[in-house]
Amino acid sequence: MSTQLASPHIAASFAPMSARRLLIFGGIALIAGGMLFGDIFAVFILHQNGGQTGQALLAACEAASAGNSLAVKEIFQNVGSLLEDHGTKVDAHVHMTDAGYLALLLALLQPYVALPPKRRKLLAGLFVIGGLLLPVGIFLIHYVGLAYSPFVVIGWASVLADSAGALLIVVLLAEAYGLWRFRRRGSLGGELELPIDRTWERRALMAGGAALILLGFLYGAWYAGVDLYRHEARESQILKNMLDAAAAGQGGTVFEVASYGSLAAEKAVKIAAHSHVIEFGLLAMLLSFVQPYVYLSDRWKRGWVLTLLGGSIILPVFVLLEMNFGLVAGGIADVGGLFVIIALVGMLVGVLRYSGHLDASGATQ
Amino acid sequence: MSPARTILIVGGITLAALGMLYGLHYAVFVEHQTLDRMGSSLTQAFVHAAERNPPSARDAVNAYASTKYDYVRQVDIHSHWIGLGMVLIVLGVAFEQVRFRGRSQIWIAVALLAGSFLFPLGVILQTVKHGAVFASALAIFGSATVTIALAAVVWGFWR
Repeated sequence: MSTQLASPHIAASFAPMSARRLLIFGGIALIAGGMLFGDIFAVFILHQNGGQTGQALLAACEAASAGNSLAVKEIFQNVGSLLEDHGTKVDAHVHMTDAGYLALLLALLQPYVALPPKRRKLLAGLFVIGGLLLPVGIFLIHYVGLAYSPFVVIGWASVLADSAGALLIVVLLAEAYGLWRFRRRGSLGGELELPIDRTWERRALMAGGAALILLGFLYGAWYAGVDLYRHEARESQILKNMLDAAAAGQGGTVFEVASYGSLAAEKAVKIAAHSHVIEFGLLAMLLSFVQPYVYLSDRWKRGWVLTLLGGSIILPVFVLLEMNFGLVAGGIADVGGLFVIIALVGMLVGVLRYSGHLDASGATQ
Repeated sequence: MSPARTILIVGGITLAALGMLYGLHYAVFVEHQTLDRMGSSLTQAFVHAAERNPPSARDAVNAYASTKYDYVRQVDIHSHWIGLGMVLIVLGVAFEQVRFRGRSQIWIAVALLAGSFLFPLGVILQTVKHGAVFASALAIFGSATVTIALAAVVWGFWR
């Protein structure tokens, strides 16, 4: 078993029912939940949704070719609904994982937030609630629509999502105020600084995470410089070709719709690879700070670290390879995502064991 | 807290809050209207094609492309400011482990913060005038600054 548990400093930095403990549990749970949702979305919804959108576009071309503008309008209402379905699910996934990252970040910053412990705990609770309600609201936008809404374009689910987003902003501003007070007056006591150690797990996660982020930046710069404008120009050109063919009542729209779908897929995988490699790098760096609280043997801890870093490379690389190897690469990418989720849950179990052990030993004393 | 850590942590939180405020403003006042505009331009393009009016269809595609150009960049600034803010905060907490002297640490921190602010700012300025050279140059300068500073941080972790 890890010997770090014996350190009274580490135990004191993870007090029962403290803001930090709430933020670490809430943060890891939000990240794992967001990633699981993303994996389910990728396997069961993403490709089917893309196929339906392509079919609807083809139907719109055929309706335009037949000179039926009424049918075109009807089809585009369906396309709008499909795009909203896709967009809100991606947003729910992104916002849930990002709220988790922010929760872990706030856990790290607690020693520098000069606010009374009760207020810090309240803020931590509000942040976790906001982090949960924001993606739930976004997810519901497609299903609730404008039902019973007094607004013209904003439904109740959007109101829920926007209110949760505002709650997160208020908490962040309060934490920033606490940091400002710390600069002026110093600590009010409470959470201790995180222990600084250079164990293998921490170094591997910290250096591996920074390298992943750097890789993501470089790839993002490459994408912006080489692909972004080319993709935008190609999209317009494909749409114009599609419409010219439809207006002339010629064939060839199937080819143009296929090109449009292929372009959309290319854009999606490149952006997904860029964002996922950076997010996983950030996650690895954040988890390096949590390692002293993972109550597992060194062998298991290293195993989870390697699983996380391995999944963090597999997912973006095979997402990119989807353009060449299709669903096989997509399946391997999903397995990579699953590796990250399993490693995350493994670490969460270690933290739960740690807190249970700590609380039990505190109770016996 | 060392000056470099303060720059990164306070700067990171400010950047994340700025990104969120922008996102909230965008979601409430701009996004739905923009998506509606994009959808209606595309629908109009196909309706014009059905009416055998290719020039109007092309104009509608151009309007769609122009709105989408703005939309992509408006969403990008929200996600990049928040994402870069989070990276700055994490680096701020771990900055003691970056093996550089105090002055070098401060310069790296300043470069990270400045680049993280300027890169998305350059991206959003591209929507004011499409294809503006200054905006693109600002985005490139910002992203290059962040990338070089991050490479220095990775080196600092390894040393």
